Amino acid sequence: MRRIRIIPVLTLQNEKLVKTIRFKNPTYIGDPINAVKIFNEKEVDEIVILDITATKEKREPNYSKIEEIASEAFMPFAYGGGISTLAQIEKLFKLGIEKVVLNSVLETNMNLVTEATKIFGSQSIVASIDVKKNLFGKNQAYKISGTTKVDIPLLDFVKQLEQAGVGEFFINSIDKDGTYTGYDLALINKISSHVNAPIVACGGACAIESFLLAIQNGASAAAAGSMFVYTGATRGILINYPKQEDLVSKIYQLI
Amino acid sequence: MLKRIGAKTCISSNVDEIEQAEKIILPGVGHFDFGMRNLKQSGLIEVLNKKVLKDKVPLLGICLGAQLLGNRSEEGVEKGLGWINMDVVKFDSVKMPENYKIPHMSWNEIEIKKSSKLLEGLNNKSRFYFVHSYHMKCNDENDVLTNTNYGYEFTSAVEKDNIFGVQFHPEKSHKFGMKLLDNFVKI
Repeated sequence: MRRIRIIPVLTLQNEKLVKTIRFKNPTYIGDPINAVKIFNEKEVDEIVILDITATKEKREPNYSKIEEIASEAFMPFAYGGGISTLAQIEKLFKLGIEKVVLNSVLETNMNLVTEATKIFGSQSIVASIDVKKNLFGKNQAYKISGTTKVDIPLLDFVKQLEQAGVGEFFINSIDKDGTYTGYDLALINKISSHVNAPIVACGGACAIESFLLAIQNGASAAAAGSMFVYTGATRGILINYPKQEDLVSKIYQLI
Repeated sequence: MLKRIGAKTCISSNVDEIEQAEKIILPGVGHFDFGMRNLKQSGLIEVLNKKVLKDKVPLLGICLGAQLLGNRSEEGVEKGLGWINMDVVKFDSVKMPENYKIPHMSWNEIEIKKSSKLLEGLNNKSRFYFVHSYHMKCNDENDVLTNTNYGYEFTSAVEKDNIFGVQFHPEKSHKFGMKLLDNFVKI
């Protein structure tokens, strides 16, 4: 039996936990520390926490909040948002996080990836790629919380990042974010067959079955935001996570 | 997590502080040579040898810290601490199904090979978080504490006298890891 990681993604606006739909309309969810404590009790595999306004507001990571979260997180913790230098990455690892998630800096400074992986190991450097389809249905990478196009074609972009040393790709579909319509399986399939590094699928998950499909289409792990902070598409707030026996019978034993 | 357990801890690379320690945890993520050179440069090898081999202070190596307990690693050229008769080898992708990626980055179960104070209250269903591309390979089967399956069976924890090493990350493994660390603190 092979276990794959099922990862809650929490999006922050500085210290507030919010959830977006297609990267828009952030809705207040609550306090990130509370959410992490509940995720401890639920024994989640890993958490990803992204400060989605840090780069847009030209802020550095909120180190004190991240340290507080890290001291409460009894599972691997990946942080992203507002990271653009090696010094910031080093500071974040000292606070007790396991992985840094890079996004906006990737296009302009791929060298940062190479330098960081040399020091901290490729397993700790995650490239987050936000993807949106253009009018002609072609996948396009975006940065700065989905506001700015990356000029490099998507598949070239991921290939270059892999060559730079990225240990993992976090592929987030902007079109699917918060929609409960399932992952963009074609996108996952396309990227996972183009690079060897593990892919974490994100955007659109609506049920355990979504995770299974993501894995069957080449993802190494599956992440979700809305599904783990809402009761369902009606969006009542409830921090939740599948039971271990369901993950075993509905995913691990089938892959 | 150690704070939560109630252990008094300090992070140290200071010879005098380590001399005072009742228990030692040797952590580490990264390159084998980098880890050994760091220990050498900070002048810690001598005091660690004394504390562990002569004073018999319990020591727990975690991840790279566990690998450093062995003789050598395929990852680098530096010699290990040599306290446990084992080598560190790269995951052999030839022996693994195609969809098993390296590094082994996931939760996984342990198969307990001998009874140990370190694993009290834990069992073969206990889950731990792993991130590694190289694994331990004991030359003496008696040193194997647990095995884990990732494409094939590899040694995920070792124990010899007062020396313990775990490939996984107890500090990131929920109640299972907390139990293991609590056990270690109480040894």
